[in-house]
Amino acid sequence: MFQFIVRRLIQLIPVLLGVTIIVFSLMHLTPGNPAQIIAGESAPKETIEQIENRLGLNDPIPVQYFHFLKDAVMLDFGTSWRTSLPVSQELAPKFWVTLELAVYSTIFSIFLGLIAGIISAVRQYSIADVGIMLVALFGLSMPNFWFGLMLMQWFSLQLGWLPPTGWGSPQQIILPVITLGTMGAAVIARMTRSSMLDVISQDYIRTARAKGLKERVVIYRHALKNALIPVVTVIGLQFGSLLAGAVLTETVFAINGMGKLMVDRILARDFPVVQASVLIIAVVFVFVNLIVDISYKFLNKRINMD
Amino acid sequence: MNQETILDINDLRTSFLVDGFEVKAVDGVSFKLPKGKTIGIVGESGSGKSITAMSILQLLDKPGKIMGGEINFKGRDLTKLSEKEIRDIRGNEISMIFQEPMTSLNPVYTIGQQIRETLKVHQGLDKQRGTKKAIELLTLVGIPSPEQRVKQYPHELSGGMRQRVMIAMALACNPELLIADEPTTALDVTIQAQILELIKDLQSELGMSVIMITHDMGVVAETCDYVAVMYGGKVVEYQDVKSIFKSPKHPYTVGLLNSIPRHDTDVDELEPIKGNVPSPKDMPEGCRFAPRCPFATELCTQELPTLDTQADGGEVRCWIYTDRWDGDPEVNVRESKRTAESE
Ligand SMILES: Nc1ncnc2c1ncn2[C@@H]1O[C@H](COP(=O)(O)OP(=O)(O)OP(=O)(O)O)[C@@H](O)[C@H]1O
Ligand code: SF4
Ligand SMILES: [Mg+2]
Repeated sequence: MFQFIVRRLIQLIPVLLGVTIIVFSLMHLTPGNPAQIIAGESAPKETIEQIENRLGLNDPIPVQYFHFLKDAVMLDFGTSWRTSLPVSQELAPKFWVTLELAVYSTIFSIFLGLIAGIISAVRQYSIADVGIMLVALFGLSMPNFWFGLMLMQWFSLQLGWLPPTGWGSPQQIILPVITLGTMGAAVIARMTRSSMLDVISQDYIRTARAKGLKERVVIYRHALKNALIPVVTVIGLQFGSLLAGAVLTETVFAINGMGKLMVDRILARDFPVVQASVLIIAVVFVFVNLIVDISYKFLNKRINMD
Repeated sequence: MNQETILDINDLRTSFLVDGFEVKAVDGVSFKLPKGKTIGIVGESGSGKSITAMSILQLLDKPGKIMGGEINFKGRDLTKLSEKEIRDIRGNEISMIFQEPMTSLNPVYTIGQQIRETLKVHQGLDKQRGTKKAIELLTLVGIPSPEQRVKQYPHELSGGMRQRVMIAMALACNPELLIADEPTTALDVTIQAQILELIKDLQSELGMSVIMITHDMGVVAETCDYVAVMYGGKVVEYQDVKSIFKSPKHPYTVGLLNSIPRHDTDVDELEPIKGNVPSPKDMPEGCRFAPRCPFATELCTQELPTLDTQADGGEVRCWIYTDRWDGDPEVNVRESKRTAESE
């Protein structure tokens, strides 16, 4: 197990290198001179050149990339071109907000998705099953930002139960988490249902019943553990699209997280902040996948560790 | 047959309700099993053997339902028991092993965990005592180095070993009745013989009664005391094993016997029964076997014969053995081969 984790960590290096190269290139190839934007519309030419020199913008792009990489390895992401604050200081509070949103939403979607999926499978073709699958289809096909706006409309503006914007208090957390977690819950519910149905018809489930076990034990101990194996993979993939969805959700609910920060700073051509944000998201994403792989192995002892 | 009867199935009917349509998979099965003996249930694929077995422990898949009849086990009718009462019997007084050893064990739990589970639910054994008992059981079924095996997962064992594990699990609570549904069909020939031998030895050692489901008359000859031949969801013949080989009565039984290789005659060609088992959806109206029977008469195609006890104690469901028989009065079913060819 230890060897497996070390090997997976080493495999992460090329992935992260690739991510930084792509982000770096995209930022530097988009039109618009950052120095011009920083200096302002009507700044004199000399000021702009001065800024360009200070930021190293006249060096060849590979050289600039090399400088960035060298510092990034030391966890030094430089200072923001916009605010002149250290990037790490700018990012840290926003990162925690987004991470909270993502983690709460994931927990929400796993709980709701698993419970709904199990009920659906155990009561196949019942009213509960049909109802759950209809709601899940709705959850899947609905655009995230629209759903967020609808929730805000009903629960904040009409009923006045929950605050429409912000992040921090338990009341503020509810709507964004539902907005962001619903799609994941729908995907997990559908996957759990089909996986459970598949497992329930297996021979070893009949063996479990033939031993005289209670139906509850048959479902939760014998069927669920097998059915979770494909579901875990889906949960991992879900986390990726969740990070993307977080940007939209943050915008809708005016949450001051990484998503909002990135949108703002892309417009301001604040390269160091954007690059560091993307890198952090990439790192989180690959680590989540590593965790998924480990739990997959843990659930499914049949998979060879080598 | 004046011994104590452990299982007495009477007119069992089990159906699957598919799209509002009743598929009669088992349609009036009756047989008795004396204590400590083995009964073979034979018949081609689809004749209702497995569904009969599943009905006993009520392990039927979703749309399956017992529609009527009695399953008397030690004086109790199993069809009348509550869910909890039948659970207490499963794996405890009556155990079952299945055809597919490769898929019948849960892949994500160790052998030890799976055997301990049965011991815990019926005998309340804790982990330590359960493991000790599991090792004993694995030794009993002839698994080498059982101390290591209890810690292994099913995928680490061969098919034959897994079937031994299934048997160990089935025997965990000293069942009085073991139902083996084609326990060797999925295994290769040498392993088949070993597993049959094992079941036979354990039976005489532990005094169990056994229901051996198979479509192989060779297995019947080796392991059984009595035989119930099933066709189209019904028992067509019930005899002790000697009589069934010496004087089979039902034309279908004769057909089954002709389709196994025999070394004591000059006939070395197999003669499979022509035609197919009727599907429960379109059962012939009269005798189920009439479309394939070389002796079928008009009466056979119109009316279903009953399962009648014969002078020698056997039971057979065929018009030939009744007063109403309207075919050749001198008919000899054991010459079916010749008859079938001359037609
Ligand atoms: N789940 C089901 N739904 C509908 N019909 C079923 C179902 N299971 C079994 N049957 C019907 O019951 C009949 C008897 O099946 P059964 O499994 O008892 O046959 P079998 O004698 O055990 O055959 P085999 O030798 O292939 O195991 C089948 O022909 C099939 O039509
Ligand atoms: S009843 Fe008629 S058709 Fe059926 S087995 Fe006997 S002879 Fe053949
Ligand atoms: Mg079968």
